[in-house]
Amino acid sequence: MRYIDEFRDPALTEALLQRIAQLMLLMPERQQLPLQIMEVCGGHTHAIFKFGLDRLLPDNLEFIHGPGCPVCVLPMGRIDSCLEIAAHPEVIFCTYGDAMRVRGRHGSLLDARRQGADIRVVYSPLDALQLAADNPQREVVFFGLGFETTMPASALTLQQARRRSLTNFSLFCQHITLIPTLRSLLQQPDVRIDGFLAPGHVSMVIGNAPYGFIAENYHKPLVVTGFEPLDILQGLLMLLEQLHAGRSAVENQYRRIVPEQGNRLAQQALAEVFCLKASSEWRGLGEIAHSGVQLTPGYAEFDAERRFHPQAQQVADDPRSRCGEVLTGRCKPDACPLFGKQCTPSNAFGALMVSSEGACAAYYQYRRETA
Amino acid sequence: MQGLIEELFLQAFANPALNAREDQACIALSELCAAGDRLAVSTDSYVIDPIFFPGGDIGKLAVCGTANDVAVSGARPRYLSCGLILEEGLPFATLARIVQSMAATAQQDGMQIVTGDTKVVPRGAADKIFINTTGFGAIPNNIDWGVHQIRQGDSIIVSGTLGDHGATILNLREGLGLASELGSDCALLAPLIAPLLNIPGVRALRDATRGGVTAVLHEFAAASGCGMEILEAALPLKPAVRGMCELLGLDALNFANEGKLVLVVAPEAEAEVLAALHQHPLGRDAAVIGHTLERQQVNVVGLFGVSRRLDLPLDEPLPRIC
Repeated sequence: MRYIDEFRDPALTEALLQRIAQLMLLMPERQQLPLQIMEVCGGHTHAIFKFGLDRLLPDNLEFIHGPGCPVCVLPMGRIDSCLEIAAHPEVIFCTYGDAMRVRGRHGSLLDARRQGADIRVVYSPLDALQLAADNPQREVVFFGLGFETTMPASALTLQQARRRSLTNFSLFCQHITLIPTLRSLLQQPDVRIDGFLAPGHVSMVIGNAPYGFIAENYHKPLVVTGFEPLDILQGLLMLLEQLHAGRSAVENQYRRIVPEQGNRLAQQALAEVFCLKASSEWRGLGEIAHSGVQLTPGYAEFDAERRFHPQAQQVADDPRSRCGEVLTGRCKPDACPLFGKQCTPSNAFGALMVSSEGACAAYYQYRRETA
Repeated sequence: MQGLIEELFLQAFANPALNAREDQACIALSELCAAGDRLAVSTDSYVIDPIFFPGGDIGKLAVCGTANDVAVSGARPRYLSCGLILEEGLPFATLARIVQSMAATAQQDGMQIVTGDTKVVPRGAADKIFINTTGFGAIPNNIDWGVHQIRQGDSIIVSGTLGDHGATILNLREGLGLASELGSDCALLAPLIAPLLNIPGVRALRDATRGGVTAVLHEFAAASGCGMEILEAALPLKPAVRGMCELLGLDALNFANEGKLVLVVAPEAEAEVLAALHQHPLGRDAAVIGHTLERQQVNVVGLFGVSRRLDLPLDEPLPRIC
């Protein structure tokens, strides 16, 4: 299949693995080993485990599974608010599929649907908008979550809602933005990250410039990388070449998709519909300044929180879980005392076990030892 | 109701047992005894939405699904019962189309729908139409297929491309508007299975319906005590199904099939079984996908040779966010 098979070619994969292994042997002594490379995005984490790349690479090279799975970092309190909104009898609550299983204090959206709430999985916010057009007597709420990858679709949908004068449609906004979180990670004193594989699809929207501070201020190399195995290995090789040469720059492995300046139209839509919040809560990481977005005053009429007034909820993570430490590379998933025991994909205590893109869920699915 | 029976069911399903119009179908035991020494019976209920889809409909599915559950024992499915629950307001033309489809499918392989029941429930108490079918056939004397026969080192074979039915239904149900070449594989498997009766070394057969190949492998592993290891690169998949899985982050191994077998055969029978399957149109994409292991776990070996566990899905497949 075009654009898939050529990026999974076993011979090319083997060649890249060999080049990486050779380069690791030549790594200068100033580089502390094992090298710690953060793949920021849950999509990367999933691909690394699915194809077993972590097991094919040298032992002195470690992946740290970053905070880029929007479902995993979704605070439990936000799910409780979703349940509160969905409980209104006039509401059709629409969500992306993998938010269905995330548990709040009072269960998941899947549980609420089983108990009679009208909750529907959609594949695009435009499907939710069409539901609003088809059901004028109902209130359709779309649960907007995700990084810059999914934000443009939410923005364009609200622009359409306005053009079509659909007053029974609103957005429960849980969109988050990546850059402040990366900055917050780098500011933590005991986090050692040698380089970043940055998410290709976020970069497709924002371009490469926003990562500049990582190379310039923190002197860490960063490579914007695609999601197929050859993309990830080539991105990794580009990172290692920078480390070997003592350089730190923002480079783009995913040029077939990511333009240097990103997508201007998407950026304009985002600027019109969304603005930064003072602070946002991340499950496992706590409050991070300017890391969440809300609707601009011009679009406030589409804000589901203004329309339904769900109670503000803050729910502490289980104190035994070590999600934050996994997200910052201080702990491997299976070193958490709950991993695979109390915390499994069917009964997720910790954030990272929730989505199949979460580090712990991917580790559980693909990396549980067979012994 | 009497009119419905006279005008629709008796005409569509016409056969001596049904035409006798007794409270029960009378089936000559001598006929069954001549075909084998054990009765294979299976029942299933069909509640699919949408009721019409590319490659089939709920009627065809209700005949094929149950007949296939009988056929994987080695029995030739001969008789079916049919229970219908209809939602008030279901158009007669829709019911007639489904009943005709059931009749035509049964006739394809000489099966008779010999008894049945129809109930109409108020609007909203059922979704258009639910069908229950029960199938009967005799297992030939010399055939003993089943999970108790599975041994370590056996070959695992699938009879064709995986996930066609599940992908087709997901595409329709969710209005994804994806590839027009998606179609259900809904089909009667008995004709594909018949030549296997003469091949020694066939251990166990299952049709990989709900839960897909993953569910069958777990059932085989749990019941036989053997492990199962399959190779990702060996799985036959149509490009359209593969594309949908890539797009939504789903696994075709978990998708339902309605015309595919998973077979475990002795290594020495592998070539002969494969050749027999390839000779039938339903089996032309048959492939060896793995083998059984000593340790009781279900593994899949990825494209680059790394083995991982293949867990049963937690719930219905849900697409990933990005």
